[in-house]
Formats: sequence, structure tokens, C-alpha cells
Amino acid sequence: MKSEYDIVVVGAGPAGSVAAKYAASQGVSVLVLEKDRDVGYPVRCGEAVSKDRLAEFVEPDKKWICAEVDKFSFIAPNGNEVVLKFDQQGYVLERRIFDYELAKQASEAGAEILTRAYVNGLLFNNDKVTGVKYEYRGEQKEVNAKIVIAADGVESRVGRWAGLKTHVDFRDMECCVQYTVSNIKDINNETCYFYFGKNVAPSGYLWIFPKGNNTANIGLGISGLEGKKKSALSFLNEFMAEHYPDASVLTSIAGGVPCSITLEKISVQGIMLAGDAARQVNPLSGGGIASGMLGGSIAGRIAGESIKMNKPEHIFNYDSEWQDRYGKKHEIYDRIKNGIYDFTDEKFNSIADSFLKVPSDKRTLGKLFTTALINKPSLLIDVAKVFIK
Amino acid sequence: MYRQAKNGILMIEILPDKCDFCGCCVGVCPEDAIELKEAAIRIIDPLCTNCSKCVWACPIEVILFNKNGVKL
Repeated sequence: MKSEYDIVVVGAGPAGSVAAKYAASQGVSVLVLEKDRDVGYPVRCGEAVSKDRLAEFVEPDKKWICAEVDKFSFIAPNGNEVVLKFDQQGYVLERRIFDYELAKQASEAGAEILTRAYVNGLLFNNDKVTGVKYEYRGEQKEVNAKIVIAADGVESRVGRWAGLKTHVDFRDMECCVQYTVSNIKDINNETCYFYFGKNVAPSGYLWIFPKGNNTANIGLGISGLEGKKKSALSFLNEFMAEHYPDASVLTSIAGGVPCSITLEKISVQGIMLAGDAARQVNPLSGGGIASGMLGGSIAGRIAGESIKMNKPEHIFNYDSEWQDRYGKKHEIYDRIKNGIYDFTDEKFNSIADSFLKVPSDKRTLGKLFTTALINKPSLLIDVAKVFIK
Repeated sequence: MYRQAKNGILMIEILPDKCDFCGCCVGVCPEDAIELKEAAIRIIDPLCTNCSKCVWACPIEVILFNKNGVKL
């Protein structure tokens, strides 16, 4: 441990570890501070991710792949099921191993990692962030850094201390619970299931992602607005009682997914935000693994370049680079999300009925969203931009 | 402010024994009034305005609005 690093990364999730790797591989000094005792645990994630988007960052490895999926199944409130094969295959991960592997890669690239280090403040010189304060085994400590990368997840407190307004509107927060269960025999191991409807997961969805060997992640997210009336936990327990009364619950977790567009600013003097902390989650799907890694990779690379060029203002290029890669796309996803946010059960049922009339070889995600939003022409253009190639 | 209208008493109560320490409440808190460590959570009393967004956002019913006020 040194008292000063070029870059300090807060949080060793996918965004933090990838940022550390991309920075450290340029030869600059990097320290990662993680508040929990283990990297990758507890897992707060449904664990599904697209194969292609992962391939940019890491070689697939059987030890963190639980299942390979190539079909979506959408289940309407009346039970009608629409299945479609997708072009891009996906994985269901074992995040506790996956995150650990990413952290290991960061350390192999030269980054130092310290767990049980709880960051509780920033150091400033005038208005510039110059390091972090943290608690480690009961002692208050400080470490200086030229750049701080805040990948502190949904909480995103580090950015707030730097003056950014990072809190999520509670309507955009998807409040989630998930059980990892065994003894699930009637699901297909190549299919991700999504249930919709106001009795299942209003303004969100319920997912079943297969993890192999008759185990699966069964979870759901509802908007904070719905949570006002009934909690996510109550919804999940009702679903389990109805559909899987005999399943054994191996793990039970809660979590929040910020389903909004990216923050207006993700870099200020001496600090960059990445992953959930920057609100880089796909607001339509709630998927944040791949986009967090992408955000982290851009942040890490630019931070490293900034140090090497000795140009602190170079980090401000992060905002536009993220916007060009995914930020603008997330704005489109967000508009689509708002378009389907208030759909009634009747609407979901009628979408499924119409879609089931489409010949199975013509069923695509683009076609499904086109069917769903046929009465909202302005959104059809958005659907075409992101789903139709 | 809402808090002042209610005599300034803190009314948001977290039940730490039930908490999963997931951070959902911290993410929606407009005042940065919740501190969450690996397995410890607390409301920062002087910052909290009793706005209740954390109560609504908690996925597992761990945060309550206690109309009698919370004893610290």
C-alpha cells in the first residue's frame, strides 16, 4: 500500500474492475477499494448477459457460465406464451466467480485491490477531488489520487460528494428481489422467461433465468411507485406460492436497479463515474453488466491516458465517448420503456395474441416491440433504431 | 419542509435485523441521508427530511414510517 496512487477506483464490481484493468494496463498505478469482504459476493443480479457484448472484455470461461441461452419466452398475464429465438445468444453467469475473475484480471494488469475498505468521503484541493477517505478494519485512513473512478453501484454516494446529483427518482428505481432456487424441473435450460402483468410485477417484470442442474434465478423488479402499495417481496412470494411451492430457496437477495438515462455529467474535476453509479444501466431491460463494463473500460482507458499525457481535462472526453457508444441508445430505450410502462393486462394479452399470429420464423424482438407500440408511431421509429437491423 | 411540519422528529425507521444491505434506499435518497456499510445501515438524522422515498423503494419491507417518531 502506498499513500498515493494515480487512480483510485471505488467498488470492485464489473465496472470498477474493468476500469482498473484498462487503467493499470497502461502502466499507471491503480488501487481498488471494495467495501465488502469478498469481491463478487453478495451477488445482487439476475446474472443474464448478452454473449457479444461480453466478448469485448473477457474470454468466455466455463467456470463462470451457468447456462447458455438462445430463446426468450414472454408470458402474458393470461398465461399465453410467446417464444422467440434471438440472434445474439446469451449467458447466465455465476457472478460470484465472474466478478472475482475480473478483479483478478485487474490485479494481473497491475492494480492493487483492498477489500473491507469502506470509502466514506473525498479529499479536495479547492474544487478538485484529490483522493478518498476510507475506513479499514476500524481505522479511518486516507489515500491520495490524481483521479478517482467511482463505481460504487446503485448507491452512488461518491459522485454526490463531488457535487453531482446522482440519486434516482424513485419511479425509475426498479426495486428487486430474487431467489436462487433448486428443484425447478419444468423450465428449458436455453430459455430466459419474462412474466408481465399487474399481479406479477407492475411496471417491471418477473424473470426466470436458468442456472443449470434444475436451479434458476427467479426474481422481479417493480417501480418504487408500485412499491408504495405493495413490496417486491410480497409479489415474489405470491408468485412462488402459485407456481413453485416446492422449490428450495438457496439464496435470497434484494437490490435496486436504476432504470433511467445516464447522468447528465459523469466526469468532473478529478472524478469519473462508471456503471450503476453513473446510471449506465439499460433502462428498458435493466441489464447493467455489459454496459457497466463498457462504461468502466472507457473510464479506465481515458483515466490512464489522462495521467500519461498529464492532462487532467482529458477525462471530460469520457462523457461524449460514453454518449456515442451507448448513452444515446439508452435514451431511446428509456423512451420505449416509458411507452410500455403503463400497459394494462388487457394490452399485454392483446400484444401476445397479435404476435402469436406472426409466423414463427418472422418473430423477432423488433417485431414484438413494433406490435406492442403500434399505436405510438413516434416510438416505432425508436424501436426501428435499436431493434431492427 | 415536511420534516419541520411534523415537529422535526425523525420518523423513518430501519429494521437492521431484517435488512439485506442492498443499497436501493441509498440510491433513491435525495438527501444522501443513509449510510450503508457491508452489514450496517443507519439514517443520518440531521439530513433526513422524512420524505419516505426509501420506505417505498425498499424491496423487502425493512424501512417503516413510524408516525410516533424514532428514538435514537
